[in-house]
This record gives sequence, C-alpha cells and structure tokens, in this order.
Amino acid sequence: MSTLQENPPPSSRRGPIIDPDYNFGSVTDKISSIVLTPGTHMGWWLGFGASFLLVMVMLWSIAVLFARGIGVWGLNVPVGWAFDITNFVWWIGIGHAGTLISAILLLLRQDWRTSINRFAEAMTLFAVSCALLYPLLHLGRPSYFYFLIPYPATHGVWPQFRSPLIWDFFAVGTYGTVSLLFWYVGLIPDLATLRDRARNRYAAIIYGILAMGWRNSARHWMRYQKAYLLLAGLATPLVVSVHTIVSFDFAAGIVPGWHVTIFPPYFVAGAIYSGFAMVLTLAIPLRAAYGLQGLVTERHLDNMAKVMLTAGLVVAYGYLMEAFMSWYSGNVFEQYVMLNRLQGPYRYTYWALLICNIIIPQLLWSRAVRSSPIALFILSLIINVGMWLERFVIIAVSLHRDFLPSSWDMYTPTFWEWSLYIGTIGLFLSLLFLFIRLLPMISIFEVRELLVEEAHRESE
Amino acid sequence: MPQIFHPSMNTLSRVSIFGAVFIVAGALTVLALVVRSPYVTGQNLALDQPVPFSHEHHVGDVGLDCRYCHTSVEHAATANVPPTKTCMNCHSQLFADSPMLAPVQKSYRDKTPLEWTRVHDVPDFAYFNHSIHIQKGVGCTTCHGQVNEMPLMWRDQSLYMKWCLDCHRNPADAVRPREEVFSVDWDAESLSPEERQKLVDSYHIESKTDCYHCHR
Repeated sequence: MSTLQENPPPSSRRGPIIDPDYNFGSVTDKISSIVLTPGTHMGWWLGFGASFLLVMVMLWSIAVLFARGIGVWGLNVPVGWAFDITNFVWWIGIGHAGTLISAILLLLRQDWRTSINRFAEAMTLFAVSCALLYPLLHLGRPSYFYFLIPYPATHGVWPQFRSPLIWDFFAVGTYGTVSLLFWYVGLIPDLATLRDRARNRYAAIIYGILAMGWRNSARHWMRYQKAYLLLAGLATPLVVSVHTIVSFDFAAGIVPGWHVTIFPPYFVAGAIYSGFAMVLTLAIPLRAAYGLQGLVTERHLDNMAKVMLTAGLVVAYGYLMEAFMSWYSGNVFEQYVMLNRLQGPYRYTYWALLICNIIIPQLLWSRAVRSSPIALFILSLIINVGMWLERFVIIAVSLHRDFLPSSWDMYTPTFWEWSLYIGTIGLFLSLLFLFIRLLPMISIFEVRELLVEEAHRESE
Repeated sequence: MPQIFHPSMNTLSRVSIFGAVFIVAGALTVLALVVRSPYVTGQNLALDQPVPFSHEHHVGDVGLDCRYCHTSVEHAATANVPPTKTCMNCHSQLFADSPMLAPVQKSYRDKTPLEWTRVHDVPDFAYFNHSIHIQKGVGCTTCHGQVNEMPLMWRDQSLYMKWCLDCHRNPADAVRPREEVFSVDWDAESLSPEERQKLVDSYHIESKTDCYHCHR
C-alpha cells in the first residue's frame, strides 16, 4: 500500500478500478454470497413481483393480439410499422453495450470491463429476447414465422434472400446465439465456484451440471482462455453488423427519411449509446442495493459515461447529416421529411429527442456529473427515452407522410401497444431479477485475475 | 466433502451432448420425411366410393376417352364429375341388374346425384384451371397417374405446392404434343428434351410462378 501513496500509477489518479481492500477470498465471498445466501430479501421479492406482474400484462396483451388480430394496434396505411418495430430496434440497440463490453473491450485489454461484463451480457440476452418478440408478434400470422427459416419446405419456396428482413433474421439470430454462448462460456468457472461453495445439495447438483465438470486444472484454463478469446473475436463483428443490418431494414426502402446512406454507422452509434445508458440504469441501483461500490467503482461509471458521451456525439453528427442531406439532396420529399419533423404534427417527439439525446447529455463533459451516480442514473434514463424517441421519429414519423398526400394519415398508439411495451420491460426486469438471484452478476474469476494484475502494477 | 457426481457422469454427459446433435438432426429428418409420406399426403390410398367405379375397367379395358365423362375439362376450370345419366347411357342396358350398380339405378330413379368421395382436392386458397393445362399440352396422366391401371381411384401425386412449382419452373418436363394429352399410354421418353423445349416454345407456354397467379 505504501508504494501506492508514494508513486501513484496513472489509474489511481482517477480512482481505482477495484477497491484495494479486496482480496481473493473477499471477492469470492462478496459475489457468491448474493447467490448462495439462503432466504431472499424482501426488496428482491418486491422488485421481482412487480416485474412479474408486468409479464402478466405482456401475456395478456399478446393473448388479446392473437385473439383479435393486429387491428387492436393503431397501425394503418401508411403507418404499417410503429410501436412494434420501434420497440424492436430499441431493445436490439440496448443489447449492443453487452457485446461491446464483453468482446471489443476484452480484445482491447480494457481491464475495467471485468466487473461489468457479466451483467451487461445478461442484459444483452434479455434485451434480445424482448426484441425478438416484436417481429414475431407484428406478423399478423405469427404461427407462420418459421417461413423466415430457409428449410426444404413442401411449398418449394425459399425466403427472399434479397430482402433486408431476411438478413435481419440471420443477423439477430447469430447475435442471440453468439451472445448466449459467450455469456455461458464466461460463466463456467464461476458456476464451478458456486458448485463448490453451495451448501444446498440440489444447488450443488444444478451448478455442477452447468459447470460441465470444470476442475480449475491448468489445462482447463489454457483451453478456456483460447476459447474465450476466439468467441470474443467472433462477437466483435457482431457489434457492428447487427445494427447495420437492422438499419438496412429502413435504408433499403425508398421512404423519405429511411433512404439514407448514413444509417448503418449512425444506428450502430445509437445502439452503443442506448446500450451504455441501459447498463448505467441497471448498474447504479444494483451496486447500491448489494453494496458493490468497491467492485463497480466510480471509475467504471466515469468510463461508461465517457463512452456514452462519445457515442452521443456520433449520434448528434448523424442527426446533423440527416438534416444537411435533406437540404443538400434538392429533393422536395427529402426536404419535407425534415420540415415535417421540425414543424409537423409529431414535432414534439423530434424536439424531445434532440433535447434528450443531444442537449442534456452535454452535461457529461463535467467531471462532477460523471462522478455522481444519481446524476448519471437520471441522465441514462433520459437517454433511454431519447433513443426510443429517435426510433419512433425515424419509423412512424417518416411513414405517416409518404409521397402521396392522399395517403397521409396519423398514428396513435392504442392501449394494447403501450401495455405490450410496458410488459416487455417487465419481462426484461424479471429475467434480470432471476439472474441476480441465481447467477453471479459479476465475474468472480475475472475480478480475481484483475486483483493479481493490479498487484503486479503496484509492485512495478 | 463427498463428490457430487459419480465418475460415470462424465461419460453420460459427453454422450448426451454428442447425442443431442444427432437426436435433433434425426428428429428434423423424420419430420421432413413424415410430411412427405403418403400417410400425410394421402397418395396411393384408394378411397371408398358409393359405387366401386373402376377406371382400370372403363379406361383400360373398354377404352373410353377421358372426355366421355369429364366433358368440361377442355373448357372449364374443373373437370366435372359426370351426372348419373352418363352412366346410364350404357348401364341402362349393360349389367343393368347388377347389385353393384344398384346405387346408380337408385340415383337415376330418385333424381339424386351420387355423392362421390373427392380424390383430388386442391385447397380453396389455390386457383387451378384444367382447361389451360389441357390446351398447353399437359396430359391427364401427368398429374393423375395411370388411371387405366387403377381399380379404385387414388391420388398419384402429393398436390403439394412444390409439386406445382416443379413443373411451372420447368414446363418442358411435363409437356407433350396436344394430340397426346388424353392418351394413357404416351411414352414420355419418346421426345428428347430439345423437342420438348420446342413444344414449350410453339405452345407459348409461359408458366407463372408469381404468388398471386394461384393465390388470387
């Protein structure tokens, strides 16, 4: 400790990435006790209960949708996509932070990722689950969703491979699969720790099966590190590809406001923006509730805030280019899109979006804001709202005024669209509550590795 | 602390992970085969009829032309099932007392049509027209099989959409000279692929594969 005070390494000036009082034993105790302590907090039950109630609302909305059909939503011609696809893109975007943190930051050796990657990856999986519901539900005939899968069918017709919608199916499918694999492979050594520490026999058996016979042998570790790096390499292109292809759903169409070449990078930046906002939204209450401030330190929050600020600036550039191109194109329809956003009947959504996504996040330049968990929490909520509005503006507001004024119409979401949206938030939170209680939300073995690395750094 | 798992669990879990791949692949293969099997398609299954009418006898032995009974096939979407009167053209004299023909006699007397069991039933959401296929040189036996060898009628083909599309994508496989359309013993091998392609061209066969051509 004395060396630390005499000659502080650069990292310590911005606060440590792990509380120096932690050691191997206390890290393991701290994280595994959240899972293995018998008896569950009242707070957990309250949170899970409320979320589960929302899951029931979701199931109810889906039942009504199946029984009565898409007509219970406010969709019309020309607004054939609105809440459904807005929510789909929103959820998929949120997932991106998990992949970025787990894959790209791993390859870039950003050691601050270790204590947030596990639940960011879990968040990715749960967000993708919520996202996947929407394309299925908006089909009208959801029982035929498997027509998207290219299989040798008796009708002799294959999916339309030239359609971005089928690319989307593959992109999101790959994304879900690789994220699940990455998350599970990352869990294996920790599952073995839980198996060894569990006092309940059934828990030991279940964790034991999931740990797949992990024995901590040197050979295990050697192969494990290789596999983990390879998976990270596989997941890295997904950070960019998934939302690029989601953006093709729009950019390949001819609707003014969709037919924009900047969409792929602009969507990817937006996804990272909203994803990091969601990680903060979840991490800040979690670290307070479970006393994890020593593992998810203010330095983590500060770093995430900086990533968010950068992504936000790229998104702002995207908005600027959209506006510039609509003017520069010299095309009346493109110009009208921008005027309609600024002055049309949905102008409130566009102005709110600019305030939420560009103006308020400029507060992140201030170190005081970045080091205040409460300020960051509120900001992250605002950005989540802003990113939702962005997708709504792109999708519904572009559609409601297409080329022919005779087909213009207004879109108003119905009760069932709101209830489904709120219901999927409930699904997301329920899965998250279960995850917190049943699996280690912070990677135990990686934090232990980090302790060794930090000790080395100090001794140098 | 005692071991949770017996050492045999290692083998068991390896086998189950390895086996799962084959179980899933096998289940999908079986599903695909079942869907194409006569059990699901109803192919090669002779159906009970009110009168055991034999195409083998009437077409194969007697040599009736298809159009003697199915009169509308050249001009209409459906190839009609003949009225009882058509049967009575001959059977008022031939086998008039046979108990096998009693339902036909009764139908003729009571003026109530015979209720045949339909063998070739295309779903209502698919539009099919016999006359255009006849005009473009698609023979009866191409779809209905060798009816001259069927004592009771059965379905020779699956009627799956892929089966429709296979011909619509390669009409040369199914075409024959117009004068051979009603022949039950036309030899498909008698024309070379080039000669068939010539027929496709000369009959102006432009078989469609758009969704809305059949799903109107």
